[in-house]
Amino acid sequence: MALLQISEPGLSTAPHEHRLAVGIDLGTTNSLVATVRNGIGVVLNDSNGRALLPSVVRYFADGGVQVGETAQAMQSEDPSNTIVSVKRFMGRGLNDVGDISGTPYRFVDAPSPIATSRGSGQAPGMVQLRTAAGVKSPVEVSSEILKVLRARAGEALGGELVGAVITVPAYFDDAQRQATKDAARLAGINVLRLLNEPTAAAIAYGLDNAVEGVYAVYDLGGGTFDISILKLSKGVFEVLATNGNSALGGDDFDHRIYCWLLEKNGLSALGASDTRRLLTRARAAKEELTEHDETRVTAILQSGEAIESVLSQQDFHAMSQNLVERTLQPVRRALRDAGLSVADIKGVVMVGGATRMPQVQRAVAEFFHQTPLTNLDPDKVVALGAAIQANVLAGNRSSDDWLLLDVIPLSLGIETMGGLAEKIIPRNSTIPTARAQDFTTFKDGQTAMSVHVVQGEREMVSDCRSLARFELRGIPPMVAGAARIRITFQVDADGLLNVSAREQGSGTEAHITVKPSYGLSDDEIARMLQESSRHAQGDMQARALREQQVEANQLLDAVQNALDLDGAALLDEAGQARIRAGMDGLRAVLQTGDIHAVKRAITQLNDATVAFAQARMDKSVSRALGGRKLTDLEV
Amino acid sequence: MRAAANDFQQDFYQLFGLSAQYRLDNELLDRRYHTLQAQVHPDKFAHLSEAERRVSMQWATRINEAYQTLNNPAKRARYLLSLRGADTRQESNTSMPAEFLVAQMEWREAIQEAVEARNSGELDKLESRLQHETGALQEQLAAKIDAEHDYETAAEIVRKLKFFERLAEEIGSAFDAIDI
Repeated sequence: MALLQISEPGLSTAPHEHRLAVGIDLGTTNSLVATVRNGIGVVLNDSNGRALLPSVVRYFADGGVQVGETAQAMQSEDPSNTIVSVKRFMGRGLNDVGDISGTPYRFVDAPSPIATSRGSGQAPGMVQLRTAAGVKSPVEVSSEILKVLRARAGEALGGELVGAVITVPAYFDDAQRQATKDAARLAGINVLRLLNEPTAAAIAYGLDNAVEGVYAVYDLGGGTFDISILKLSKGVFEVLATNGNSALGGDDFDHRIYCWLLEKNGLSALGASDTRRLLTRARAAKEELTEHDETRVTAILQSGEAIESVLSQQDFHAMSQNLVERTLQPVRRALRDAGLSVADIKGVVMVGGATRMPQVQRAVAEFFHQTPLTNLDPDKVVALGAAIQANVLAGNRSSDDWLLLDVIPLSLGIETMGGLAEKIIPRNSTIPTARAQDFTTFKDGQTAMSVHVVQGEREMVSDCRSLARFELRGIPPMVAGAARIRITFQVDADGLLNVSAREQGSGTEAHITVKPSYGLSDDEIARMLQESSRHAQGDMQARALREQQVEANQLLDAVQNALDLDGAALLDEAGQARIRAGMDGLRAVLQTGDIHAVKRAITQLNDATVAFAQARMDKSVSRALGGRKLTDLEV
Repeated sequence: MRAAANDFQQDFYQLFGLSAQYRLDNELLDRRYHTLQAQVHPDKFAHLSEAERRVSMQWATRINEAYQTLNNPAKRARYLLSLRGADTRQESNTSMPAEFLVAQMEWREAIQEAVEARNSGELDKLESRLQHETGALQEQLAAKIDAEHDYETAAEIVRKLKFFERLAEEIGSAFDAIDI
């Protein structure tokens, strides 16, 4: 049984067992897993000593799955069953994917039926891919990558993982974040936190270099671009603004070379296999041009036709110039949102493999009037930062603790009359954040209403991203305008939106049906979990029970520690007895093997400790300022 | 259970241990903000019970709201006036001095012209002029609220500040419109 550390923030803790946690960088091109060993972040390699796992998943007709190098090696031979860059499809509908001519996949549009106030309709739904093993959602494909990393971590660390921090592009919207979290859930990973990639890089960089001041993190990955402006001061990492483009990355540079190859060789309408082959050659050429003035691209097409072209660095830079420029627009916006100018930026940290391209480094250097910092491996820095944060979140607290304040990248709003979007939580709000909004009925006796939640900066709902529709039912019938329904939009520390509603007059909780526009419903997740475990039903149940038992033991330890510290001071006898009864109840069912009973007892104990947790927090908040008032008096 | 949940009833100034006035020490505000978040932030409770995680999120949310309110001049003034029982009548009172409204129209025209001419240098100029005028309004606010306790006039200045905030947003969108 793992010992839990004492939960008092800021206090030194008794020696305790190290709890295993990892950071996972789920990248467009490559994925990595890292952990903290003896206080130092290390990337975990596979048995062949390789750190990077290519984010490539190949499906077979018998249901088998291959991930990584072996799958990547077959991408030209079996292009439609070998999924690369699946991150680009996470939380996206078919119409978002854009130009699909360059991809060899068989897309399945998966609209989901929805009911609106004007009758039933269809939500766009997340795009799906038809493979030899059946139709797969990008969430399932990503979960295959995560499963491999989870297994790698399990072997390397030799113990039960408490959980993982999984990184996402800072500019990912709610649907993309939720899809990532769902993929982890499918892979059996407890997500400690979704962490923004540039922020993760800043942690790794900032702690390593003990820097202070305002820094920009320029993160150009395989398929996404982020810019974050952070203020680093005395153990605080504060994101001031973030911006980006979640559909711009190294892949687009490959695609420019690919198009050039087609044009140069008079090719058109290639098959899936040739397309993949040339895209692979294009990527190799791009990487070659980082070190060399020119590169020779050769390929033999399926028809037997041989192509050979020479590409100079100069030509490559010219054809990709506007891609580089497209990254600078979000940079300008982020600076403006932070209320800063280029002169305020003390350093620029480069993250992501695509920042190795000399034209990118030059453009960034010109823009910021300084040489960007490249002393940490741009492929590994995100995973390392995630591992360092995972170590803290798991409760392996070090003495030099830090605070991370991150933001929501895109405004959240609701649809109002005339298809306009009304912003309710502006972009760059520090998370967690919440906003309550009151609604009323417009018809006598109206008992239901529909709320459409969108994300984005544009005025028209149709130009924003549809996140979800909420059906409120069970409103007590009243005259029009009399009902007062308060809807609370809460964004948690993962940047994920939760919505709750309450009728103010009667105090009844209105029932909410959430239909995520691009996400998966709980039912769909349950079905996928079941499908993936069809062959190992017994295994799954045993694992689920073990997970619940681990959680129960952690909870019992945490509550015991809290009682030891504050029980006598904050609770009367009856209050303490109630909590002890909850603990006894959980202990009694722990070894019965009845997973439902364990779950129920965990919930009961949690509920029994809410008021106690609140009182403990009150105490630590008062003490935080109280202890400082003498030395920190206002003038 | 002893009554200990007083802190959630505190106003934002009490929460940050600051005296309730318009003029405040921004560095001190930042320091207090960090001190409080270091106690309550969800990252400190990720490994603990669900009850503690829930309470942590509620507190961190409240402290963020408090900080955003006190850190923003117009929001701070509106909040302070409401604590003093003076309503800024943001929604109902839209009557503004005629010359102020005319000036607003001139601002909008200037922004529009800069966009049409794709002149970002002109937008820079408009932006710094707006910042200058906003600063002047804030000085007036401090005088009216903290020294003269003239909440009626203060409320009008807050409404003007709101107009300026909208202009600042429009200048932001104008930069975006030029920068395609």
